Amino acid sequence: MRLAELITAAVLALLSIYLMFKSAELDIGYLPGEGPGGGAWPFWLAAVMLISTILIVINWFKKATPPSRSTEPFMDDFAKKSLVKVGVGLLGFIALIGVISMYGAMLIFLVYYVRVLGKHSWPTTAALSIGLPVIFFIFFEALMRITLPKGMKFTEPFYNFLNTIIY
Amino acid sequence: MEILGHLSDGIWLSLQPINLGLILIGVTLGLFIGAMPGLGSVNGVAILLPVTFLVPPSSAIIFLAAIYYGAMYGGAISSITLGIPGASTAVATTFDGRPLALKGKASLALVTAALASFVGGTVSNVLFTGFAPLLAHVALSFGPPEIFALMLLAFATFVGLGGDDIPKTILSICMGLVFAAVGFDEISGEPRLVFFNISGFMHGINFLVLAIGVYGLGEMIWTIESTRGEMTTTDAKMSLKTVVADSKTAAREGWRGTAIGSLLGFFVGILPAAGATPGSLMSYGVTKMVSRKPEEFGKGAVDGVAAPEAANNSASTGAMLPMLTLGIPGSPTTAILLGGMVIWGMTPGPRLFTDEPAFVWGLIGSFYVSNVFALLINLAFIPVFIWMLRMPFTILAPLIFVLSVVGGYAATADMHDVWLMLGFGFGAYALRKLDYPLAPAVLAIVLGPIAEPTLRQSLLLSSGDPMIFINRPIAGPITIIALILIFLPLINLIRKKMVAQA
Repeated sequence: MRLAELITAAVLALLSIYLMFKSAELDIGYLPGEGPGGGAWPFWLAAVMLISTILIVINWFKKATPPSRSTEPFMDDFAKKSLVKVGVGLLGFIALIGVISMYGAMLIFLVYYVRVLGKHSWPTTAALSIGLPVIFFIFFEALMRITLPKGMKFTEPFYNFLNTIIY
Repeated sequence: MEILGHLSDGIWLSLQPINLGLILIGVTLGLFIGAMPGLGSVNGVAILLPVTFLVPPSSAIIFLAAIYYGAMYGGAISSITLGIPGASTAVATTFDGRPLALKGKASLALVTAALASFVGGTVSNVLFTGFAPLLAHVALSFGPPEIFALMLLAFATFVGLGGDDIPKTILSICMGLVFAAVGFDEISGEPRLVFFNISGFMHGINFLVLAIGVYGLGEMIWTIESTRGEMTTTDAKMSLKTVVADSKTAAREGWRGTAIGSLLGFFVGILPAAGATPGSLMSYGVTKMVSRKPEEFGKGAVDGVAAPEAANNSASTGAMLPMLTLGIPGSPTTAILLGGMVIWGMTPGPRLFTDEPAFVWGLIGSFYVSNVFALLINLAFIPVFIWMLRMPFTILAPLIFVLSVVGGYAATADMHDVWLMLGFGFGAYALRKLDYPLAPAVLAIVLGPIAEPTLRQSLLLSSGDPMIFINRPIAGPITIIALILIFLPLINLIRKKMVAQA
């Protein structure tokens, strides 16, 4: 936990510096007749962020906060495993949206989560992973007329068919 | 009298079939969301906001407010039957609710919680109805310096009263404000903070992307890890007879806590950034302090359940007061409601009362209606909610993830934002583990687009002199209170050092 606290503070400090540089692409001073320049607000806020990270590091040296004292690991085995399982699932889900559409990706994600991670029975898995995309489709496409991503070309015939039903 | 006229119009409006239907659905969803450990009103409102684009704004806000309301009732259910607070607002309810349940009096605790919530909600609704139009009227005269001073106060309360690690709180606030600045500089029209020239940043970072990333993804991953999937529920056998008997006991033994919670909760709720969690903890503390039998607290005192439950409902209404009248949210959940109002094309602030009376009074009327239905649904379906608490997390979690991803996409219709949301989710998970408070960042990204222009306009008015925030009669005191709150931790630190040396 102690190491993680220091690394996080360092990463945030770098982020603050980057934000300061990025803000400085616009005016950060006071322009007569125009008020503060466009970059002033984010620049000074990022500067305060940088100061905060310095204070966090000082607290770390003084062991003033619970995470800077804790000798527990930042992530134990259970935490690592669950983060990887869930994280990979989410990454895959979002990556697949552009390929096999929001609804297809949702189906695969639900099968993965409910069956593989949750170890629920096949009937439960099927009910959820087919039922939910159908409900979402009816809600978004038919009721709200919001189109969610349909993925690559090959899904077109399928969705064209569905559209003839709802429109 | 004029207020009563508006109020009856508002209640009538909220009884229209569509609104009444949304109240029933919202309250039920809220009860469930509140009851599930790891999900609170803020998660529910953030994840479900995108689905409200279907209905007109006045109905959308009624729906979300009903979720907020229901969640305050629902939190008690898991606090009592699981011993795990269903939401942070119900943490104090576990102190006495769990011991009561373990003594076999779960139904008494649940009935007390429901009744106290109802009284808390009613008291705060009456206070709200009385105060809101007055405050909105005063706020009509506010210019940019006053509004900026109020923003400063909102952030200062996080620093001074938040109780979290102060540098981390300040970092969280500033990070939210900087994220809000991404996109275009409204005054000069130049693109600003377009990271790595990715065009997705040109339209800015929608607050929902951050809110869903933090509350839908990050918190869920954290909850999966921290609960480890192990929970045991205590059953509560209930019938009409036991409810009546328990109500009598609750009224006899819990009136003191209910009264304290209702009043204190409301006023703590009004404070920007304080909200229902500190409100319920403080009410618990005060009730214990003034109780004749403080030794019973923590072992199953009825007052100990009544106080935090009355307070969290009361505070949730209180938190709506600054949001609706000043445009400054009093809690993370109201911050998201405020962001929603902007998406629906309204301008939050005092003018809402004159420009959109149907919206405002419909919402206020819905508080009363939601409160009644939350009580009835809660009492009638407690066994159902306990049964639902047994639902494995491996079914609930993917449901929430799916809703989050779809909601994040629906908000802006851009895959860039979905990826960004995932990034925020992982970031929030890591920061959450290291005790970085994230509510300030969400509040800040909502308030950023108001805070920055008001600051710049004020400085333009005064030709760059920051004294404009001190010299003006209303802005002055607000700024000074804000500065005191910001420097309070520093003053305390110095005082401690001096005492240590002496």
